[in-house]
Amino acid sequence: MASSSIEFRKELFADERPEDLNEIGKPKQRQDALGHVTGRTAYFDDHKFEGLLHMRCVRSPHHHARIRSVNTSAAEIMPGVVRIVRPQDIPNNMNTMLSIIGFGRDDEALLQDKKVAYKGEPVIAIIGETELQVRNACKVVQVDYEVLPHVLDVEEALTPQAPVVNEEYPNNTFDYHDLYDHQKLRFGDVNGAFAKADHVIEGEYQMSPIEQAPMETCGAIAAPETNDRYVCYTSTQALFFSLGLSAKFLNVSSSRLHFIGGTVGGGFGGKVDSLHEPMAVLGSMLTGRPVKFMWDRAEEMQVGAPRGAERWRLKDGVMNDGRIVAREFTGFFDAGAYTRLSSYAIIKGTGHLPGPYSIPNVAANVYCVYTNRTPATAMRGFGITAVDFAIEAHMDKVAEAVRMNPIELRILNAYRDGEMKAHRRLAKNTALIECCQVAAQKGNWAIRPEFSAMSSLQGDSAKVDIPPTVVDHDGKIGDRKRGVINDAAPSKDGQVSDKPTSTVAPVTATQAMGEAAREPARVGADTMPSRVRSAEQESMPARDLPQPPAPTPAPPPAPAVPQQSAFAAPQNTPSDPPSTPVVPSTQQEPYTRGFKRPGTSPFVRGTRRR
Amino acid sequence: MAKMPLQFSLNGRDTAIFVNGGENMLETLRRGVGDMSPKYGCAQGTCGSCTVIVDGQPQLSCLTLSQTMEGRSVETVSGLSDGPQLHALQQAFMDGFAAQCGYCTGGMLMAAKALLMNNPNPSRDDVVEAISGNVCRCTGYEPIIDAILDAATKMRGRAM
Amino acid sequence: MIGFETYPNVDQAAAALRDDGVYFGGGTLIMRALNYGEQDFSRIVRTTDPALKQVEAAGDRVRIGADVTMREVIASSDLSFLTPVARSVGGPAVRNVATVGGNLFAEHPYGDFTVALLALDGRVSVAGGGEHDLSDFISSRTTFNGVVTSVSVARPGGQDFRYHKVSRVKPKGVSVMSIAAWLPRATGRISNARLAFGAMGETPLRALPVEQALEGTSLDASGIESALQAVIGAFNPPDDPLASGWYRKEVAPVHLRRLLLGEGEK
Repeated sequence: MASSSIEFRKELFADERPEDLNEIGKPKQRQDALGHVTGRTAYFDDHKFEGLLHMRCVRSPHHHARIRSVNTSAAEIMPGVVRIVRPQDIPNNMNTMLSIIGFGRDDEALLQDKKVAYKGEPVIAIIGETELQVRNACKVVQVDYEVLPHVLDVEEALTPQAPVVNEEYPNNTFDYHDLYDHQKLRFGDVNGAFAKADHVIEGEYQMSPIEQAPMETCGAIAAPETNDRYVCYTSTQALFFSLGLSAKFLNVSSSRLHFIGGTVGGGFGGKVDSLHEPMAVLGSMLTGRPVKFMWDRAEEMQVGAPRGAERWRLKDGVMNDGRIVAREFTGFFDAGAYTRLSSYAIIKGTGHLPGPYSIPNVAANVYCVYTNRTPATAMRGFGITAVDFAIEAHMDKVAEAVRMNPIELRILNAYRDGEMKAHRRLAKNTALIECCQVAAQKGNWAIRPEFSAMSSLQGDSAKVDIPPTVVDHDGKIGDRKRGVINDAAPSKDGQVSDKPTSTVAPVTATQAMGEAAREPARVGADTMPSRVRSAEQESMPARDLPQPPAPTPAPPPAPAVPQQSAFAAPQNTPSDPPSTPVVPSTQQEPYTRGFKRPGTSPFVRGTRRR
Repeated sequence: MAKMPLQFSLNGRDTAIFVNGGENMLETLRRGVGDMSPKYGCAQGTCGSCTVIVDGQPQLSCLTLSQTMEGRSVETVSGLSDGPQLHALQQAFMDGFAAQCGYCTGGMLMAAKALLMNNPNPSRDDVVEAISGNVCRCTGYEPIIDAILDAATKMRGRAM
Repeated sequence: MIGFETYPNVDQAAAALRDDGVYFGGGTLIMRALNYGEQDFSRIVRTTDPALKQVEAAGDRVRIGADVTMREVIASSDLSFLTPVARSVGGPAVRNVATVGGNLFAEHPYGDFTVALLALDGRVSVAGGGEHDLSDFISSRTTFNGVVTSVSVARPGGQDFRYHKVSRVKPKGVSVMSIAAWLPRATGRISNARLAFGAMGETPLRALPVEQALEGTSLDASGIESALQAVIGAFNPPDDPLASGWYRKEVAPVHLRRLLLGEGEK
């Protein structure tokens, strides 16, 4: 067997895991390896159907254009053509992916009949006997476009004179919480801290769109099945997204759709958009025959949704000794023409700020911007990757400015267990310090002994509480379009919130799905680090004391208290005695299940069984 | 619609089929014969997922006009194992985590087999060159290169 | 429906092309077009004529049959100076079918082999007789409706021929640019140099200003200075997903210097 390049550092956090497990921590052959090496693994396209038809789309050659008319008469008489599929053939031709969880408004048609907003947007589909015949037929469809001005840059799209990309969001920004044109994060008082800092260091960072480029292109095959059902083999990474959204587009019960997936020829996030299954099933419904709808490589690259481009501006307040006392972000996500998953990626990304560091004052304005580019979607850590690139590039810039060893700078500012993060969860299971130490060792990068001795286990007791937080209401929906505001950065003149410091600020990243706050995040039992500590460790006050080797054996693992997911309903947590200062939680609004946001699709508004 | 007859050897067995004019060998193998092991990745010769062996040399089935395969000997990954006995390359790919999503694996194995048929004792550079037309998006290639070298070593040991 | 016809003799194949036929060499260009519905033909024509598979060395030139594949170039002892060039084309599976004749028609940014043929004073023979200068031939290749039978090139002496392909992926990648240089020397000075660049225009192109700047100079840092200046304005390369035209222009002197001085990667 080939040797593994993985090196385990089992001496770290040794008391936190048992070593007598039979499977975990041991190499294990993939359960699907035999199928892969014998060529027997069946991907969606590896199913034979008698009389399989092929479906392809006529696509916009323009970034932005109004559709005046479509003439398919030449295509209809081409050899092999079985059916022309028009937008009006789709029972419910308007959707947003996250309508399935009640987030955002429907803004994208499966086939566009009014206005195309990116190059490659589909207008008409053709079904025929062979792929080549369908390609030839697509070439003779005549679409009369009125070409419109387009915008390809996120900050240009925010200007009042920018063309409206997505008519559902006429300000070219996703609406957050029905209030703002951006997602806010406010923690402490950045402007106060900048004023007191020894240095203020700014930087701008940008990442281009990145195509996932799976080896298998996206696609689906659908065929009539028994009892008025349709079977659908799909490359999807998100089978229940695909099932739910197909049912919505086609206005049929999901019980009529038999979806088979799970074997994906590479996804990396690029196979969650659920565009192929509704097309293939619709084709099968319209023709009564098996239909394949699959992108070729050129389509995969041009219209397959990539990781979106991002631009980030960072501003740090730093003391001479390297402590970062304030960090401000202004972020722009290029969603492309439609929302897809970008709105969610921003909430996720904002919750991640300011990166794996304990910084007492943080502010962020993050914009989900519509441009006439290919819609963006998931890709490996989307929402995190680009801002992490920005943060780490900026850390190096800060280290240079204060003439400090960049690894020591990271260790000094690293978050530690039990410290409050800007999105109002206590940090737990942190390990940045140990990662830095190992990286320094591996790279032969000298760090001073006191930094080698530091540990993630020692949270700073002064960093447990949510600080008094300055909040503002700048950037209301439409203000930018009206010219009321043009600065995208967090406000310079907010007010300290009159709410208790222990409860969430009016708008935080924890309201992940954009609904009004159901309940403030509670500090105490349910956000306690789950790591089991000895009393001795708990009593150590300062973070930077040298650590004796972690004691073994570990105490019997106590049931970990799960951190409350931003997506889940709050649980009634047992009142374990908290070991950080208890802050009473005040339930402001009772939690109710279901969807009640205005603009939520009727399909998901309580009519589906959950 | 006129179809043309085509006879060739597939994994050592005589095969006869009718093909469309202009059809590529990937389509013929998959939809015609039913051997789904060569994969569609790009249809333009840049990814290698559809690699088969024709008369002992690697060839991209997507760029192969089916009618040019008349009388030729075609091998796919479906015919790589000897019954239930895996080929050394297959075993090495399994053991060495050289397959992740599996989509490129068949093409990689065919490219590797073609290499070892012509060069039983390849250097690492030879292996890199041999799979230079095959793209993998999951593994980062290193486990694949290791697995091919591992298989070459085992095959030489067996031959001695 | 796409027709397919095979002729034993290249002249018969050429005659059979008519308006709707395309000549099939290795198939990498034709099949790609067909797979993407971009074909402008309805019949595929090929020949099994053995003349198109021959490599003949005669005097200071060598004639390469149009159907000789890249793999066969690598295997041919008469063509050892072209081995690095053939190796830079595709992967082994592509080289197994891609032909010398087909490479003359490969669109930007492909066609690296033709860059070398251009530097080596390539002359193209076509069915029905006639020999064309390669430069002239490729400038009008889109309207050519015949069959190329062979390409004849000069056989460079010892170290006189150099080739470098710049790509972003190793060991195989599409050209950011490719450079071929034939640098005959008389008493240490360059005389009658021929240089060609790939991916610096819609077709492979000769670099005439660079050739002139090298005349009578020696291959050292000061000798090549004016050639490096000359290459900057020599081309107007297109933008593509691999590199912008601006980038290609900016880095052309860098790669030319490396090639001429034998620096950098092999």
